[in-house]
Amino acid sequence: MDLVDQRLLNDFQRDFPLTARPYAELGEKLGINEDEVIARLDRLSRGGSVSRVGAVFRPHAVGASTLAALAVPPEELERVAALVNAYPEVNHNYQREHRLNLWFVVTASSAQAVRAVLDDISGRTGLDVLDLPLLEPFHIDLGFDLKWS
Amino acid sequence: MELSDSDHALISVIASGLPLVERPYRAVGEMVGMDEVEVLARIEALRDSGVIRRFGVIVRHHELGFRANAMAVWDIPDTEVGEVGHRLAGSDQVTLCYRRPRRPPVWPYNLFCMIHGRDRATVEETIRGLIQCHGLETYSHTVLFSTRRFKQTGARYGRPLAAEVGHG
Repeated sequence: MDLVDQRLLNDFQRDFPLTARPYAELGEKLGINEDEVIARLDRLSRGGSVSRVGAVFRPHAVGASTLAALAVPPEELERVAALVNAYPEVNHNYQREHRLNLWFVVTASSAQAVRAVLDDISGRTGLDVLDLPLLEPFHIDLGFDLKWS
Repeated sequence: MELSDSDHALISVIASGLPLVERPYRAVGEMVGMDEVEVLARIEALRDSGVIRRFGVIVRHHELGFRANAMAVWDIPDTEVGEVGHRLAGSDQVTLCYRRPRRPPVWPYNLFCMIHGRDRATVEETIRGLIQCHGLETYSHTVLFSTRRFKQTGARYGRPLAAEVGHG
């Protein structure tokens, strides 16, 4: 990963150009051409360091979501994590160090649709699902400073 | 801001990512039945109205060496949680900061912060610093490090692309 990659990852996390050829605009700032910007973003996406070039929405401005947790018996964790992962509505799913050891985010078109996924997971696993919907966001999302220096 | 069916289709596409082609907004337009100018105007309107909070390169912390990811949670009295939440959210080290409900007796915490760092020791140090700096010593808290990531993708809003357009 060279300096251009680092800048590509750090400097364009917000205010992405809304112009017909945004990658050309990035290229001008980085001193490389449009094709190279596209090739680099493609490589960084394949490598996994770029999730996507896209939008993050204000919570609940579009659809509904919640943070949910399960206390899964350790020997069941693998199976339950796979079961949870299989829902397209689940976009994050992590094991964490706690009795409540599986934490996931469910996003869907409505609160009822979110509830239906939680109920389904509860029904299929026989576990109580802790439902912790967002009540108030405090941060302004400015992206993530990679602090390369 | 009132969202139309075509906005929902557009939102679905830009949540999952712009295509890596010379004219990405034209390509998005082809998927949702808009022309390039309309796509640009709608994204700008969604951004200006705050529906889009951020639009750009979305990175994965873990792959970039930020291997430690902690969810630090506190139980802060309801009368103070707003003020404390805003102060924590203003710290550089805090990636996300939310108030969520307590669920006693299983879950007594109402303030959630996500903190990412290169290693566990750094994140633990950061959390100690936050507690000290914001005078949180007296509040009950815990830290849940993640030990495994099973899934991390963009949100899907459950609207099939085109399928619901025009049903409005």
